[in-house]
Amino acid sequence: MKMRIDEYIEKVQNGKVDMVLKTKKVLAEIKKINKEYHYFNVICEDLALEQAKTLKKNAKSKRLAGLFISVKDCINVKDVESTAGSRILKGYKPLFNATAVQRVIDEGAIIIGKTSQDEFGFGSFATNVGLGYKTPLNPVDKKRVCGGSSGGSGGISKLASFEHVSLGESTGGSIVAPASFCGVIGFCPTYGRVSRYGLIDYGNSLDKIGAMGTNPEAVALVQEVISGHDQKDSTSLEVPTVDYAEYLEKSIKGFKIGVIEESMGKGVDVQVMEALNQTIKKLEFIGAKVKKISLKQITDYAVPTYYILATTEASTNLAKYCGMRYGAHEKLEGSFNDYFSTVRSKHLGEEAKRRIMLGSFARMAGYRDAYYIKAQQSRQLMVKEYQKAFKDYDLLLCPTMPVIPPTFNEAKKLTPLQNYMMDVMTAGPNLAGLPHASIPLIEHKGLPIGMMFIADQLKEEKLFQLIGALQQDEVQN
Amino acid sequence: MKIDSELIKKVAQNARLKLTPAEIKTFTKDFADILEAFKKLDKLKTSGEPVLAQPITKKNVLREDIPKKCLSQQEALKNTKHKQDGYFRGPRAV
Repeated sequence: MKMRIDEYIEKVQNGKVDMVLKTKKVLAEIKKINKEYHYFNVICEDLALEQAKTLKKNAKSKRLAGLFISVKDCINVKDVESTAGSRILKGYKPLFNATAVQRVIDEGAIIIGKTSQDEFGFGSFATNVGLGYKTPLNPVDKKRVCGGSSGGSGGISKLASFEHVSLGESTGGSIVAPASFCGVIGFCPTYGRVSRYGLIDYGNSLDKIGAMGTNPEAVALVQEVISGHDQKDSTSLEVPTVDYAEYLEKSIKGFKIGVIEESMGKGVDVQVMEALNQTIKKLEFIGAKVKKISLKQITDYAVPTYYILATTEASTNLAKYCGMRYGAHEKLEGSFNDYFSTVRSKHLGEEAKRRIMLGSFARMAGYRDAYYIKAQQSRQLMVKEYQKAFKDYDLLLCPTMPVIPPTFNEAKKLTPLQNYMMDVMTAGPNLAGLPHASIPLIEHKGLPIGMMFIADQLKEEKLFQLIGALQQDEVQN
Repeated sequence: MKIDSELIKKVAQNARLKLTPAEIKTFTKDFADILEAFKKLDKLKTSGEPVLAQPITKKNVLREDIPKKCLSQQEALKNTKHKQDGYFRGPRAV
C-alpha cells in the first residue's frame, strides 16, 4: 500500500525506511512484472542498491529521497546499457548521465531500470521494438498494446505497487499515448523546459522529456526537479522553475476550456466519444467553462507536417549509427559505404528503415522545397492557430488517442499510413512545443481512455491545477 | 512524381541502407500510400510564411572560447571494439 508521497519522502529523509531492504523488494517486484509484461530492457540492480546504500547516510533535504525512477531506454544512464530499444546500439554504455537523470539522482531518487520502447521512438503502440527486444503488453489486458513509444514506462507506472515515477520521452505523442492506453498520467512539458542533454535524439526540434506515473504529487515533483536551464543544451530555456505541486491544490473555477471540435467526429471510436462527453460534464461540474473550438488547420495538417519534419530530423540523427564508435560492430570489411550500409541494414528494424528512408527522401534535391520547407511553413501556421486559441482559453481538450487500446492482432493489420494517423491528436501540440498531459479519467469495460489537455507554452502549472482539481473531485465522489 | 523501385533504391543508397528485394517492394508501396496522403499539404497556402525550425524563440547561445573538461581519449574509445593505438579504426576510405 502506497502512502502519500510527501509523507513517504519525509520518512526516508528521516531515516525511518530501510532503503536497502525496500529496494531489494522493489527489484524483486519489477523482475516478476518484467517476466510477464516486458517493461524493462535493463533492470539496473547494482546501481539501485548502491544508490539505496548512499541514501542511508545522505537523505536529509533530498527532495526525491527514496522515490524509485524508471527511465525510458533512450535517456542515458551512466554505465547502464542505453540503446533506445535498438539493436544497433546494443552494448552501448553511456559515459555520462542525461541531465534529467542526474537531477533526480542528485535529489535522492533511485534508478531501477531502462524501459522498453519503439525503436528510437518510432511508433504509437510500442510494437515497433528493435530486433531482439520484447514487446511490452498492456497492463490491463495482455492481448492489447501498451501505446508508444514510451510503452514500458506507461506499463510499469500502472503496475508498480511502490512509490514510482517514470521518465518518458515524447517527439510526437510518445508520453501521452502510452499514458492513455495504460491508464496513468503522462506529462509532456514545453519544448526546451527540460534539458535534452543525454537524450538519444529522434527529432531535435521536437524531443521532450516528461514524467509519467499514477501519483499527481510525485509527477509534479519530478517534473519540477528535471526542469530548468542547462548550459549543455543550447535549446534549453532560461526561465525559472515553478513549484507545480503547489498548483495541485488550487481550484480551476472559471477556467476556460476549449474542446477541439474536429476531435469529436469521423475516425473516433464511439467509446472514446462517450468518454469525452463524460469528461466535459465533469469539468463543468468542478467549475470550468467549456466551449467548442475549431482548430481545422492543425487537425488537417498536423500528421503530414509531423511525419515530414520528424523523419527528416531522424534521418540525419541516425546517420551516426554505423558500427564504428559504439553499439553493434561487424568485421571491418569493404569500403566506408559498404561497411556502414551493412551494419545499418543488419541491425535496424523495419520501421526505423522506413522512417530513415522517408526523411532522406524529404531532404533530397528536387523534393526538399515541396516537403521539408513546406512542412516547416505549415508548422508556423499551426503555431499561429494555437496562439489565437490561447487568447480565449486556458486549456484545450481532446481525447489523447482516437481509439481504445487495440489488440495486437488489430494493430498488426494497420498499414504504416494508418499507424501514422493515430497521432492525429498528439502531433499538433508536439509540433508547437506546447505542454500537454494525458489524464486517466474514464474507463470502458476496464480499458483506460485518456483525455489530453494542452496549455500555452510555459503554462505547465495550469495542467497541474487541472490534474489536482480532478483528483479532488474523485476523492470527494 | 513516380514512386517506383528505382526511386526507392536511390533513397536507400543516400540513407546508407542495403534493402532486400522484399523490402524494396514493401517500401515502394508504403511510399506511394504515404506520399499520396501527404499531398494535401500542396493545397496549403504558405507563400510568405517563414519557415519554423523549432517552436521556441532562442537567441544564439555563445560562450567564451575557454577549454573545458571533456572526455579523455581512453573514455572516448571505451564503447568501441575497433580501436588501435589510441584511435578509432574504421573501414577502408579509398
